[in-house]
Amino acid sequence: MKRLLALLTLLLLVARAFGVDTGEEFADPALQARYERLTHDLRCLVCQNESIADSNAGLAADLRREVREMLSAGKSDQEILAFMTDRYGDFVLFRPPFVARTWLLWLAPALLLAAGAWIAVRIIRQKAQLARTDTDDSDLDSGSA
Amino acid sequence: MWRYLLPLAGLAILVVFFFFGLQREPGTIPSPLIGKPAPSFSLPSVDNPAQSVSNADYRGRMYVLNVWGTWCIGCREEHAALLAIAHTSAVPFVGLNWKDERPLAIQWLKELGNPYTACAFDADGRVGIDWGVYGAPETFLVDANGVVIHKHIAPLTEEIWQRDFLPRIRAASKAAP
Amino acid sequence: MIPELGHFALILALCLALAQSVFGLAGAYTRRTEWMSVARPAVAGQFVFVALAFGCLTASFLGNDFSVRYVALNSNSALPTFYRVAAVWGAHEGSLMLWILVLSIWSIAVAALSRSLPDTFIARVLGVLGLISTGFLTFTLATSNPFLRLLPPAMDGNDLNPLLQDFALAVHPPILYTGYVGFAVAFSFACAAMLEGRLDQAWARWTRPWTIVAWMFLTIGIALGSWWAYYELGWGGWWFWDPVENASFMPWLAGTALIHSLAVTEKRNLFRSWTLLLAIFAFSLSLLGTFLVRSGVLISVHSFASDPARGVFILAFLTLCIGGALTLFAWRAPKLGSSAGFELGSRESFLLFNNALLVIAASLILLGTLYPLFMDGLDLGKISVGPPYFRAVFLVPMLPLLALLGVGMHSTWKRARLAELKRPLLLGLAGAFALALVVVLIAYGRVTILALVGLTAGLWIIFSALRVPVSRLLSRQGLPASVLGMSIAHFGVGIFTIGVAGVEAYKIEKDVALRPGQSVQIAGYDFAFRGVHDVAGPNYNAIEGEFDVTRKGALVRVLRPQKRVYRVQTMPMTEAAITVGWTRDLFVALGDQLGGDAWSVRIQYKPLIRYIWLGAVFMALGGLTAASDRRYRPVRVTDTLPAKDATARDTP
Repeated sequence: MKRLLALLTLLLLVARAFGVDTGEEFADPALQARYERLTHDLRCLVCQNESIADSNAGLAADLRREVREMLSAGKSDQEILAFMTDRYGDFVLFRPPFVARTWLLWLAPALLLAAGAWIAVRIIRQKAQLARTDTDDSDLDSGSA
Repeated sequence: MWRYLLPLAGLAILVVFFFFGLQREPGTIPSPLIGKPAPSFSLPSVDNPAQSVSNADYRGRMYVLNVWGTWCIGCREEHAALLAIAHTSAVPFVGLNWKDERPLAIQWLKELGNPYTACAFDADGRVGIDWGVYGAPETFLVDANGVVIHKHIAPLTEEIWQRDFLPRIRAASKAAP
Repeated sequence: MIPELGHFALILALCLALAQSVFGLAGAYTRRTEWMSVARPAVAGQFVFVALAFGCLTASFLGNDFSVRYVALNSNSALPTFYRVAAVWGAHEGSLMLWILVLSIWSIAVAALSRSLPDTFIARVLGVLGLISTGFLTFTLATSNPFLRLLPPAMDGNDLNPLLQDFALAVHPPILYTGYVGFAVAFSFACAAMLEGRLDQAWARWTRPWTIVAWMFLTIGIALGSWWAYYELGWGGWWFWDPVENASFMPWLAGTALIHSLAVTEKRNLFRSWTLLLAIFAFSLSLLGTFLVRSGVLISVHSFASDPARGVFILAFLTLCIGGALTLFAWRAPKLGSSAGFELGSRESFLLFNNALLVIAASLILLGTLYPLFMDGLDLGKISVGPPYFRAVFLVPMLPLLALLGVGMHSTWKRARLAELKRPLLLGLAGAFALALVVVLIAYGRVTILALVGLTAGLWIIFSALRVPVSRLLSRQGLPASVLGMSIAHFGVGIFTIGVAGVEAYKIEKDVALRPGQSVQIAGYDFAFRGVHDVAGPNYNAIEGEFDVTRKGALVRVLRPQKRVYRVQTMPMTEAAITVGWTRDLFVALGDQLGGDAWSVRIQYKPLIRYIWLGAVFMALGGLTAASDRRYRPVRVTDTLPAKDATARDTP
């Protein structure tokens, strides 16, 4: 009985080792590229500052395996991400979704750029006007060297 | 004139958020499964691989699913409380032994006591992933319709059981015919 | 005895800091010279006692005094002496002591090097610095006392976190803090000006060198952090957009905008309220960073153990400090309008765009970093904002900035005279594009938009930056330090851009399973795995792998990555093996042991990655050069300036 148990344990250990992601690449470079992108976009829930691509945690390895299997089964990126968010919520996405509550986040660059441009234009218009009426450039001689 | 007060206003808003943020736990993830049907599973039992433990066994009944592992320090901490609660609870406790080694799990239950009416063995962690498990211990409450109504992360205590689980159990029992 | 001495020294330092603030500020307000004259000696005294306290803490570490709780938690008798010293700032309480020490050093530098500044002004500056010191000393004594005893004493310590047992721990925090905390000087200068009710070109001239030097240290500090993360964390990334990294980058962006804005104020007395606001923002962002890393509101690898009580204290201090400054701003800024003008295409207009784009960049990073907090606070769920977001979003203001940089360097004050430069600049752009295309095709074999745009931009900025000093020297015009500094710093930006473009476009990362005797080919290099063996370090045991790296048959290097287990904390650590070259880094890290004698290995090819940090070094060098310009040297006159200045016209 003890021997059987020992063998069982050994088998289990070995089985666990094979469970670790050996990182074998996809033959298809497009699939490999998708795999890399997806695993970098998913957050590891244990080491929460790393993506599942970079994390050493067991759960990260398990999730990488899931991604790999789903890609091999022909699932789309959306389906794979939905699989993850159905189980872990939006927290697992490093790239926040574009939904109502994150509009501000994603539209901020454009909004700020537009606001900045508008302010800059107003200031420059005003200052250029002042420069037009100001013919005395001796104020450039004072101030710093 | 008022635009010079904008930075101050911005600061005020930020400070308010920070103040309330101090009381939050940013790393604790709420479960998206609450209110949804529990993921179905059928796994070998931890003590007898030939037997199976599945959520179908509990159709029409409420149950508690407790995720644990012998490698988990928090599980060791909660075990005594878990035993006590399970013995007095009308709701069955189903164990999910997560990413563990069977012999160690069997040994643990033998030595420390078994609070579970049945304990499933999830070797590769797939069922754990389906339930959105990201650490142990985690404890789920599933109602008679198979809907997940609560998830608790971190060791279970008598106090938490009284505060978070019992009221929901009572409410669900009343609602059921 | 020594810890109690240190504790007492801190209390004395607090009293002196209070004296510094009260007498400095009240003295300036009431114009009492006897009170104002207390400020400088108080600064000196505060420095002496802070240094004493810091020395006591260091002595406790060196002497393995495990009756001091902080030492017991962060050190160990087997810890090498070098790390025992660095461990002083390895956790919250000690790093706070470092913060206070660095602040007192800056304060004493300001006190010593400002003899030529008006008494009331310097009293106010020292007064504000004193208020900041008071806040931090109070915080330390009330919530984070490093001298608390552990009785009975521990038999041995908990050991320093293995991730921190590295040379970089000795240099990264001190240099980073020197930068971060140094913005307190600009902040104090701004507050003093607002209290005085006077902000002019002389003020800008006084503030600028202090700001440039702080900025310089911050640049190096951030670069060190990036470099450290690259080789230490085991997976070859150089920037993770982690909340605490962002917390150091935002003050850098604000500081860069501040330096440039100060130039405009110094030269033409314009942008005064912008400059004030930027000075407040730069330090505010530093304080915000200090809050974020110690409060637990955000998840970060850098977080010190969080404690809500501490969080509340820092938040209160932050509110008072920044709130106070912004109130002064709301009071004084409306009167800072100016009737001076400038044309579109003048240097002022370019610096206006520069300010705007840098502020937008900092705001976007702030928004992304804090968004999860906002969502959680409004009960809208938990989301993550990670590198994919920041990478995409950061380019939006940065690309225009890089494009304008090449041109803006040549602009002149007030009037737009770019038409004369159109041909040389366009030639430079064409040349950069051509060279970029050649490099991309020959060195890497394939063109990507990222690489082409990045390399073109980087090369163009380099050509543009070199044009100024070269043409000046050729035409036998003088080359003031400030002009040379600007060119070197912008040259650094170009190098940095090339590094980023190269590594992000052409890096190759592979995870493979290898048995001894097997090899893998990446980017023309052959990595042959020879096997593993055990090694023992001073306080760790390791498994070391051996990889022969060859190219076209010739041996490049033997790489020996390790997987270490530190004996005390039993924490496994991956030590990558890296070989450095002029055009690339090769990076090997051991993963996990698989079945049999196979190992999972991560191998990376990182082209041009060193240019990222080299670029930062040049930026800092440029700053140092610019700050050493003659006009910033202490001068024996009051704050009025000579009417005509020979080298005035087109210098920055």
